[in-house]
Amino acid sequence: MTGPDPVVPPLVPGPGPGIFGARLGSGRSREEGARAALVATASTVVFLVVAAVLITRSPNWPEVRHQFFDPDAFRESWPDVLHGFWTDMKIFAISIVVIPVLALVLAVARSFRGPAFFPLKALAICFIDVMRGIPMILLILLLGFGVPALQLSGVPSGAFFWGVAALALSYAAYTAEILRAGIDAVPESQRASARAIGLTQGQALRHAILPQAIRNVIPALMNTVVSLQKDVALISVLGVREAVREAQIYTSRTFNYTSYVAAAVLFLAVSIPLVRVVDHLTTRDRARRSQVAV
Amino acid sequence: MSAGKLRVEGLVKRYGDRVVLDGIDLSVDEHQVVCLIGPSGSGKSTLLRCIDLLEPIDGGRVLLDGEDITAPGVNANSIRRRIGIVFQSFNLFPHMRVLDNVTLGPRKAAKVPKAEAEARAMELLDRLAVAEHAQKYPEQLSGGQQQRVALARSLVADPEILLLDEVTSALDPELVGEVLSAIRSLAAEGMTIVMATHEMGFAREVAHRIDFLHEGRVLESGPPSQLLKDPTQERTRQFLKRVIEAGRL
Repeated sequence: MTGPDPVVPPLVPGPGPGIFGARLGSGRSREEGARAALVATASTVVFLVVAAVLITRSPNWPEVRHQFFDPDAFRESWPDVLHGFWTDMKIFAISIVVIPVLALVLAVARSFRGPAFFPLKALAICFIDVMRGIPMILLILLLGFGVPALQLSGVPSGAFFWGVAALALSYAAYTAEILRAGIDAVPESQRASARAIGLTQGQALRHAILPQAIRNVIPALMNTVVSLQKDVALISVLGVREAVREAQIYTSRTFNYTSYVAAAVLFLAVSIPLVRVVDHLTTRDRARRSQVAV
Repeated sequence: MSAGKLRVEGLVKRYGDRVVLDGIDLSVDEHQVVCLIGPSGSGKSTLLRCIDLLEPIDGGRVLLDGEDITAPGVNANSIRRRIGIVFQSFNLFPHMRVLDNVTLGPRKAAKVPKAEAEARAMELLDRLAVAEHAQKYPEQLSGGQQQRVALARSLVADPEILLLDEVTSALDPELVGEVLSAIRSLAAEGMTIVMATHEMGFAREVAHRIDFLHEGRVLESGPPSQLLKDPTQERTRQFLKRVIEAGRL
């Protein structure tokens, strides 16, 4: 979803960060800036040292460290948790391809006009309402355990398949609503001018409306990506051996929770950079919009 | 009156209970320029949108070259390619460069090859003196430039008739002239034009006929020299008096 290079030059040449930077820095000399950075660093170090001392001196620290931060347990559980995390990332990768396609179909069906399209529209609304109304974990249990139990021929029966399907259906419903908001935010006049140059309804949507709609909701879509990256772990309830499941297995064997921390570290390692990229994109988008307003 | 390039017969348009067009009759001959004037809310924009089949109509019909384009089963998309329309607020596609804005219609709706569509588009942009902005995005252009791009976009399919919906109303005063002079030269080349406008001076200069709309009807119709100087209807007189007071005539 995110470009390979986050530092893409802005679409429109305009007041770049240089100008803003100069304006921000104009009241402050470079030495003052350097001093501020130094003070910030020093106070952070002092804070961290004090916090570390206080925590490790507390009477319960040895027990906490043993339960959650045991280096041996970490080392021991790491390979399995990492292997499980690889499964999480696979689920993430599949979902991130499937969800936009489903969501787009739903959003477009929902924004159809004209009485002839009513059944399609009603179906989309029903689907979205149901998918959004059921707790995701319930949907995962329902599809992941329920459908394989039917033993239908010609239908996949793996927990992995149905877990991913449940996740994708639920997220597609949410994403469809985001896209619909984006579509609704495109002025009616854009549709009119697209139809006026002879485009069909579908062509107008494809070339005029959707590109603008998606641009409208990029920040919201990116937030969905961030939360999806973590929600893949919900599939562990089906027994799929992903990171959380592996950590759980280790814990139930050893009564040590360090494996959970190992899993948390792995999720953080992906989600924090992802959040930063999202922030960057959102800021860039806002800058682009304010440039337009000038 | 002859068959005419465009004929509107008894056109009715309602929004809910509100009657916006209350039986409009109108005829435009080939190479004729007709200006629609009247207070806001009189139905000028709605009429133009109905003629371009952008709004479903509730009564009457529209004929283009004698063919009823409002009849059921008519391919509205192909009709719209024969009619050009330019809107008050330009309505360019903000995510596309100027050139792509102009070529989108021919390429997608008429399946014209890219190179051919671009050559034709550049020719038009050049004529409208915006060729140098072809690779820019609409937001980088002034209102007058954007409106000339919108003109190019509506002309690229070689429409048989051009509908202009208050195309200068959203422009800063100093940018109105450049758009009007583009329209003036189109009119001089024989383009058939129906133009809703508040630019009475321009209407007097280029229009062959002026129609005064009031509450969804054509209340009065005549050559500019007569209608603007010596209207027969009291409503028209009142409207023109206010226009004159505002310094627009």
